[in-house]
Amino acid sequence: MALLEISGLHATAGDTEILRGIDLTLQPGEVHAIMGPNGSGKSTLANVLSGRPGVEVTAGTVLFEGRDLVEMEPEERAREGVFLAFQYPVEIPGVSNLYFLKAALNARLKHQGKPELDAIDFLELAREKMKTVEMDEALMHRSINEGFSGGEKKRNEIFQMTMLEPRLAVLDETDSGLDIDALRIVSGGVNSLRSAERSMLVITHYQRLLEHIVPDVVHVLAGGRIVKSGGKELALELEERGYGWLTEDAA
Amino acid sequence: MSSEHTAESFAEREYEYGFVTDIEQESLPPGLNEDTVRFISAQKDEPEWLLEWRLKALHRFLEMAKEDVEPSWAMVDYPKIDYQAISYWAAPKKKLDSLDEVDPELLETYDKLGIPLEEQKHLAGVAVDAVFDSVSVATTFKAELEKHGIVFCSFSEAVQRCPDIVRKYLGSVVPAGDNFFACLNSAVFSDGSFAYIPPGVRCPMELSTYFRINAANTGQFERTLLVADEGAYVSYLEGCTAPMRDENQLHAAVVELVALDDAEIKYSTVQNWYPGDKDGKGGIYNFVTKRGACRGKRSKISWTQVETGSAITWKYPSCLLQGDDSVGEFYSVALTANRQQADTGTKMIHIGRNTSSTIISKGISAGHGQNTYRGLVRVQPKAAGARNYSQCDSLLLGDECGAHTFPYLEVKNPTATVEHEATTSKIGEDQLFYCRQRGISEEDAVSMIVNGFCKDVLRELPMEFAVEAQKLLGISLEGSVG
Repeated sequence: MALLEISGLHATAGDTEILRGIDLTLQPGEVHAIMGPNGSGKSTLANVLSGRPGVEVTAGTVLFEGRDLVEMEPEERAREGVFLAFQYPVEIPGVSNLYFLKAALNARLKHQGKPELDAIDFLELAREKMKTVEMDEALMHRSINEGFSGGEKKRNEIFQMTMLEPRLAVLDETDSGLDIDALRIVSGGVNSLRSAERSMLVITHYQRLLEHIVPDVVHVLAGGRIVKSGGKELALELEERGYGWLTEDAA
Repeated sequence: MSSEHTAESFAEREYEYGFVTDIEQESLPPGLNEDTVRFISAQKDEPEWLLEWRLKALHRFLEMAKEDVEPSWAMVDYPKIDYQAISYWAAPKKKLDSLDEVDPELLETYDKLGIPLEEQKHLAGVAVDAVFDSVSVATTFKAELEKHGIVFCSFSEAVQRCPDIVRKYLGSVVPAGDNFFACLNSAVFSDGSFAYIPPGVRCPMELSTYFRINAANTGQFERTLLVADEGAYVSYLEGCTAPMRDENQLHAAVVELVALDDAEIKYSTVQNWYPGDKDGKGGIYNFVTKRGACRGKRSKISWTQVETGSAITWKYPSCLLQGDDSVGEFYSVALTANRQQADTGTKMIHIGRNTSSTIISKGISAGHGQNTYRGLVRVQPKAAGARNYSQCDSLLLGDECGAHTFPYLEVKNPTATVEHEATTSKIGEDQLFYCRQRGISEEDAVSMIVNGFCKDVLRELPMEFAVEAQKLLGISLEGSVG
């Protein structure tokens, strides 16, 4: 069974229709990249998958392991293993990163019927995973993303992902605002999570990220539809030719 | 010794310390006059001077009532109170026989707070076997305090045991005629707590009203006096997180603290009186006067409060910084949900030289709640080198609640440094969604964000109290979102 199966998806944000008929299937273990110009609906797709309030599915279906994802509350999706690495991670003053992550991880474990981790086991696991994204422990004791640089916020997203071990990871422009070192670290973290059971949807503007996280399939989103799909070479072609030759067709 | 015997001896010792009165008293009919005050004073077998003190307060109060000077400046709204329609003395309530007689809703809240069964009984007013009751804890606890020469007892008992200290300090911080509600309290106060820490003694444990049996029945006009002698230290906990119900709607307590040279008093409150139903019906009016005098050099008084209960809260725990180099602190979380109203804050009066004060206030409004911070920082002409830092933050949940900030600054010495910061924010949809996307339910997310917002205050609370207060904030906000 496909891990994720999107058929004929239409969605609106506010009163505007953003997604206008998306079909996309992710098999377990596959990494797909979604590329496209600004306003093409990339982030809306991420929001539909994660269930952000304010985004409305008006037609079509989204099946996650055969189940209707649209019907599920955002927290339920998360516990089932849908993870969104945010484009703009929020700050929450006074709530420590580790406390937050422990609550998140235990919510997922509980949902899976597994025993929850106590503070000691959690910290041990967290320390081990911090290394994979070169996260400073001192940072983790601070409030969620408060005073973090852009790069630190993105690394924190990937750190959370390595802790939560999702089935489906949606990375929304994780590369934006990253310098080359941070990009290497973040990509390394993502690649370490690639496995036969886990699928990823990597949303990006630039081919640069895809040199580090090599996708199985590249889709081009324009005007709320997938206008072209291909192998990883497609990303290179886009880098050279831009989006114009594709979006003209779509319009 | 058999266990039965142990229980008995505990019970006896407890009586010996006078925590439980088993005298049957009738209720007084509604009304307030000299006879009322004489009756109350006689019930407690009070000395003449105290009766005179009460009577003086009564006359002052009756004048005030005639002049109609009940404070009306606070941002709270309630129907006029008829002070002649209140009964000022009631016999202690009969204990219930079992938890089955207790409101199931109340029990549910106890469960959520994780309060053990035996404690639930205690809180709900169910008769408890002495062995299981906190009496036993309280008794060992008392012996330890006695060893250090610390007096910790009910106010009525203190009047008998150490009348000189009571006489010296009663009304010395909050004079009988200080304000309308304090004046009423001075005339008719029922009971409360008293503690005296002798010179140089560091109280070896947190003093808690919880350990005082019958604390829940001290009635609507509570009177508390704490005195820390030179170099003494005490941390005092008032209230508990368990919801407290009372058929008396009006509560007007007075708390006086006195810290002499190098003494420190830390006073922590969790207030969770019944807030009324969704429409605000039936909640407690909590009109409290709390004030501490840093009388000695280098003395320190720190107020920490978590206010989640009551229909109306009117409360300004204050510090008179009289001694040179004395320090006053006020840390407050006030939460108003449904139809609750709170007008709370502090007064820091800098009198001595190089005095400093810190004010951290966190107001949370949800539902139709109205939350007001009102604070005064006054630097007297002689308070050279005074310093104050104030931070007042408000957090709003929803569109129908309100947050208001009234900082008053009166600086009469040019060398003073006064800083004030204020913010108002809303719990963001983005923050909630971020939490939910990580698998955290909406209610847990709200509770987490609110607790984060209050962290600077909560960390001033003693550890276990802080944990309970966190849970309480979450429970108080249940149903406020979504």
